[in-house]
Amino acid sequence: MSTVLRSAGLGKKYRRNWALSDCTLEVPAGRVVGLVGPNGAGKSTLLNLAVGMLTPSAGEIEVLGVNPAGPDARRAHVGYVGQDTPTYAGLTVADHLRLGARLNPGWDDALARDRVARLGLDPTRKAGRLSGGQRAQLALTLAVAKRPELMVLDEPVASLDPLARREFLGDLMETVAEQQVSVVLSSHLVSDVDRACDFLIVLVDSQVQLAGDIGDLLDTHHRLTGPRRDEATLPSDQVVITASHTDRQSTYVVRTDRPVLDPSWEVGRLDLEDLVLAYMSRARPGRPETTRPTLEALR
Amino acid sequence: MIEFHLDGRSGVSPYQQLVQQVRRALRLGLLSEGDQLPTVKDVVGQLAINPNTVSKAYRELELEGLVAARPGVGTFVTRTLTDNTLAAHGPLRADLERWLAKARRAGLDEDSIEALFDSTFRSALREETA
Repeated sequence: MSTVLRSAGLGKKYRRNWALSDCTLEVPAGRVVGLVGPNGAGKSTLLNLAVGMLTPSAGEIEVLGVNPAGPDARRAHVGYVGQDTPTYAGLTVADHLRLGARLNPGWDDALARDRVARLGLDPTRKAGRLSGGQRAQLALTLAVAKRPELMVLDEPVASLDPLARREFLGDLMETVAEQQVSVVLSSHLVSDVDRACDFLIVLVDSQVQLAGDIGDLLDTHHRLTGPRRDEATLPSDQVVITASHTDRQSTYVVRTDRPVLDPSWEVGRLDLEDLVLAYMSRARPGRPETTRPTLEALR
Repeated sequence: MIEFHLDGRSGVSPYQQLVQQVRRALRLGLLSEGDQLPTVKDVVGQLAINPNTVSKAYRELELEGLVAARPGVGTFVTRTLTDNTLAAHGPLRADLERWLAKARRAGLDEDSIEALFDSTFRSALREETA
């Protein structure tokens, strides 16, 4: 299995609004995928389609090689942790593990118990009385102990404080290192997932803006700064993502597979946050032009 | 055993930071032949980074012949970078400290000292490679 998730023309419509449209993706196995975009961009919709809790209005999706909402869906091989890491408030930690064992054919009880002990969760404590971080760890434990091939995590760290966030992601990365599981996790903050992920999907206004290996994406995008210059004069291999101009200076973010050799540009490297922001601002053309008025116009 | 840390503002990619920290530890004698590097699992758990980042760093160190992976055991240092220069570190550091004191007496603040050192270091490098 080299691809964990594949979609073509995938769309989901609620009443008259498309929550996700024309989504074509191919996510290789063995990666930690960051699904990033503002709130309401369609991240949860895409993840719910991936775990078969929603069915597409258009196009198709395959997860682990099959339709996730169909009769052959490989639910036992997909671990899912929904938004706000849901647990049963009235059940104890030990109850959750028993439930997990009963409901999942591939349940690894030793692994679940080890994790609970290592994380310092009291088995007799009710989930409703755990801290946010502990509840997230319990939900992750249930997903991990299934021994899934793919884990789908919807905003797993959004409600956690910075320390709990770091611990949760550190623990998740240990799991990835040990079990070779693929992970898709969403966040509205790039900085949350920056170091944990090696594959990025940027979703804005129900559309995929960018998807690919993070190393490749960072290597092929550049920030060019120099004397003011028209977009039409750039070489054809340079795709302009964003452009902003003052009366004297131009700043472009471009994508190109070739090196930028023009000596009139100062070429800078983008970090992941810059990259995501560039695609987000491109996706919102309704915003005011980034071109600043010239001095004459201000008079 | 050493512990890694990451500087988010440095502009250097995380994997390169790991490589640099091992090289630096080898140069300063903090790591020597036979020492074990932290396991991939330990590093990712501590820093919350992608396992591939650590593997990539260790692979690069392996290609440079500085470390070797023993499957199922871990990654071990096979060569040091200290050579015979370690003995010279003390006197050089003392020289540098004297220079720093002199720069401060001349009225340079920390930023100016750093900028001066940096630009001198860089231009010396350029002359060497030219």
